[in-house]
Amino acid sequence: MKKPVIDVSGVDLTFPTNDGAVQALKNVDLQINKGDFVSFIGPSGCGKTTLLRCIAGLETPTDGQLTVNGLTPTEARKARSYGYVFQAAGLYPWRTIGGNVKLPLEIMRFSKEEQAKRVRKVLELVDLEGFEKKYPWQLSGGMQQRASIARALAFDADILLMDEPFGALDEIVRDHLNEQVLKLWARTEKTIAFVTHSIPEAVYLSTKIVVMSPRPGRITDIIESPLPKERPLEIRDSPEFIEIAHRVRDGLRAGHEG
Amino acid sequence: MRQKDTQFERIAYPVGFGLLVLVLWEIGVHLFNVSPALLPAPSAIGAAIASSAAILWGDWVQTVLKGALNGIWMGSLAGIALALVVDRFVFLKRGLMPVANFFAALPIVGLAPIMVMWFGFDWHSKAAVVAIMVFFPMLVNTLAGLSAADTMQRDLMRTYAAGHVATLMKLRIPAALPFVFTGLKISTTLALIGAIVAEYFGSPIRGMGFRITTEMGRLATDMVWAEIFISALTGTALYGLVALIEKRVTFWHPSHRG
Ligand SMILES: Nc1ncnc2c1ncn2[C@@H]1O[C@H](COP(=O)(O)OP(=O)(O)OP(=O)(O)O)[C@@H](O)[C@H]1O
Ligand SMILES: [Mg+2]
Repeated sequence: MKKPVIDVSGVDLTFPTNDGAVQALKNVDLQINKGDFVSFIGPSGCGKTTLLRCIAGLETPTDGQLTVNGLTPTEARKARSYGYVFQAAGLYPWRTIGGNVKLPLEIMRFSKEEQAKRVRKVLELVDLEGFEKKYPWQLSGGMQQRASIARALAFDADILLMDEPFGALDEIVRDHLNEQVLKLWARTEKTIAFVTHSIPEAVYLSTKIVVMSPRPGRITDIIESPLPKERPLEIRDSPEFIEIAHRVRDGLRAGHEG
Repeated sequence: MRQKDTQFERIAYPVGFGLLVLVLWEIGVHLFNVSPALLPAPSAIGAAIASSAAILWGDWVQTVLKGALNGIWMGSLAGIALALVVDRFVFLKRGLMPVANFFAALPIVGLAPIMVMWFGFDWHSKAAVVAIMVFFPMLVNTLAGLSAADTMQRDLMRTYAAGHVATLMKLRIPAALPFVFTGLKISTTLALIGAIVAEYFGSPIRGMGFRITTEMGRLATDMVWAEIFISALTGTALYGLVALIEKRVTFWHPSHRG
């Protein structure tokens, strides 16, 4: 059997706070294989962001094992193994859209021609060609979010970590972006970890759905999706789709009561 | 509906108001027969400016160009440089900042006689006073600016494995610029005060502060007011210049977006 790209076993994380310790993650086990599209779903405060940050090496587990490509998360971060899309777009206002997308390329010392080429390519990928010279505040929220995805894609890391990238967008834009993300995933065979609050979004996108519940944050169910890789938006009306959605909802409800 | 002021209105209102004040002043002086030694009429001040233009120009060069401007660039550079160093080493922030705050609270013009003793009567001692006065607001503001970048923006740099210098250049210094300009605007005001007052404690036979004390001794208040008028004009122009550069450089800041 091939080794998983992201291997989480027995991970605990406790935040010390002024009014006692908060256990954000408890005994989390999870394997993510190359090319998986994994969604994390669960109520607010169940540790989705925290788990993603642990994988990214931005937070250190208090206990347990976590490897990314066989490295510790910090080593993997230093090796620039992943692109991270934060919950908010977080573009730098003093840089144009093109400049923001170029930022990681500058830091990683790509050549000037290569930078220009890649900026053009990823902006096209997220449907933002022609906006290269605009400033972030001149764009709508959805466009800013797409630019931040382009920024995470620019240096072509194998792993993409996305924290509720479409949380603040309306249904139509969200559908459109979901389709684009799927296309991108099919084309590039990246490994994607994706946090969401939306059951349809999770089911539509994922090969694997991780259901979490809070206090303490833990995994209550992992659902392997039988849906085909090719997914038109209409697949959401199919019986298989509805069945998985039911299972996710049941998992969420059980976590709520338990 | 309230319409936005046009360029013309923005200039016309303050100029018109200023002229009104001058006219009332002129009438008041003549109406109540105020002694010129107490308060000369604006026309008398204007006449003094016209007839002593060469002297006033020499004073201006001595005090503003040599004293104040040299002090501003030296003090600002030193303040910014120390801020970068203090920011790099946490123990300096803990140890040095309370001391710096103590010095910042001292009435620094009081140091003028000492500076004259150290650096002589010419502009060097004035520049030294100005440099010290400017140093603390620049240090404090730059330091505040360097911590202005938010956590998410910093985490983004961490996901790129950006080093200290790259993080400074690409994120923290641009984010600090609005604060640096606040420091600079405070500095221009302080610099003129410092350069003029420092001349009260000894100077060659030119300079705005020198002129104010000697002409006051001869009760030639029209010349005193002429110098005060010119220093006010200079202060406004300097502040305006810094504000103009600020608007250009930090065009992306919410307070400047057009
Ligand atoms: N830096 C921190 N310090 C202390 N507690 C924290 C910190 N970060 C997260 N927590 C706590 O850990 C728990 C999990 O937080 P997390 O942000 O991972 O939730 P989430 O599932 O992403 O929620 P949401 O859906 O609202 O984004 C919460 O109880 C939160 O209060
Ligand atoms: Mg979250």
